[in-house]
Amino acid sequence: MKNCEALIIGGSAGSLDVLLKVLPAIDTLINFTIIIVVHRKQGMDSLLCDLLSSKTTIKVKEVEEKEKILPRTIYIAPSDYHLLLEKDLTFSLDYSEKVNYSRPSIDVTFQSAAEVYTNKLVCLLLSGSNADGVNGLITVSSYEGETAAQDPTTAQVDYMPAQAILRANIDHVLTIDEMAAYINALN
Amino acid sequence: MPFTSAISDEQVETLISDVLEQYGYDFTGYSRASLKRRLLRLYSLDKHVSFAEFRYKVSNDAIYFKRFVEQITVNVTEMFRDPSFYRALRYKVLPNLGTYPFIRIWLAGCSTGEEAYSMAIVLKELNLLHKTLIYATDINPTVLEKAAQGMFPLSQMKQYSENYIAAGGIKDFSSYYSANYSLAKFDNELKTKMIFSTHNLVSDHSFNEFQLILCRNVLIYFDRDLQFKVLQLFDNSLENLGYLALGTKETTDFSPISKRYKRLETEKIWRKVSE
Repeated sequence: MKNCEALIIGGSAGSLDVLLKVLPAIDTLINFTIIIVVHRKQGMDSLLCDLLSSKTTIKVKEVEEKEKILPRTIYIAPSDYHLLLEKDLTFSLDYSEKVNYSRPSIDVTFQSAAEVYTNKLVCLLLSGSNADGVNGLITVSSYEGETAAQDPTTAQVDYMPAQAILRANIDHVLTIDEMAAYINALN
Repeated sequence: MPFTSAISDEQVETLISDVLEQYGYDFTGYSRASLKRRLLRLYSLDKHVSFAEFRYKVSNDAIYFKRFVEQITVNVTEMFRDPSFYRALRYKVLPNLGTYPFIRIWLAGCSTGEEAYSMAIVLKELNLLHKTLIYATDINPTVLEKAAQGMFPLSQMKQYSENYIAAGGIKDFSSYYSANYSLAKFDNELKTKMIFSTHNLVSDHSFNEFQLILCRNVLIYFDRDLQFKVLQLFDNSLENLGYLALGTKETTDFSPISKRYKRLETEKIWRKVSE
């Protein structure tokens, strides 16, 4: 993709290891925004932020509501809220019903971002044990954004990326080793 | 051709102005991403066939409009949500308010009442309930009717009981309710000190002075300007040395009232420190 404005990475069970492997290899001069939405237990927010910060020199921060979205920053969706994006490039949080038994739901963020970034958006779905994110990828495609999924044979839990490949139109299927190069090339 | 959703951004604005004109409900300061998601959800839930038909129904059918408000606003809540917050209430805030002869608490955006009953339980255990009044308000009359019943799904009680214990609860949580088919009916005593009333934070004014105002996970649905306006309303409704409690992701920072408020360590509770 040319002129990518945002990359959103969604994941569930088994996705943290992937992030820890891929983040250190991401070019610190990327000129787009990275947003990470992972399912996890409530109250582990600062831990996750610290852990991911230790793997990159790019700024990593948990989203604050109504915060301006900046490039060259990695934002983490807080636990127990849905993360939405506004057209004026700010974040909103939402405590409505869980979607796919999940809050944050990856579908919700993918769909919301698709409306904002349309064909300047890339969404990547990682390892996980449910299909949250798949409908979001379908929406991203319909707005002519780019979609990617972890190669299920490299996933700790293959259900989520396998469902993505089965049901959505996935532009790139990536092994863990291929991800950083793919992301750096979005620049 | 890129995809477009069933309701466009312009149509969202059309609905907002219809609803303001027809019914006086002002959603102009609501965060658009969340509002649009709720509108699309309702549109598909109720199987509307076109935006024109949806718009007509909202504008011309007052009963449907009631459902509209119910579904557009988020009413998800739980008992003792964020146990550490309730610990701070139990050990820091309420003992302080206990020195007053009479305690007035405002739960703004109380939804179906889970927080009101949680609050009443803590007050009762601190032996303060008899001298407290809890004003529980919401924009939405339907949820207030539910709140007044004090009945919550029995299936939630395991989670709520865990929350209650983590929040410093000292009793057997099940002693507060009786099982009634799939519902847990909470003791009537808990609601003797609750007053339920509709109140619209966007358009209604201050109606009393309180020592504690709770408004958790409501401001996230508002844009910054409306957030500041509502915080000003709270400031006008709070006694000096009173407490303001917001949701875990909300803050008084950056707002015009922030200089008068001092935060209590780690929780989202602020104390009003001067006029």
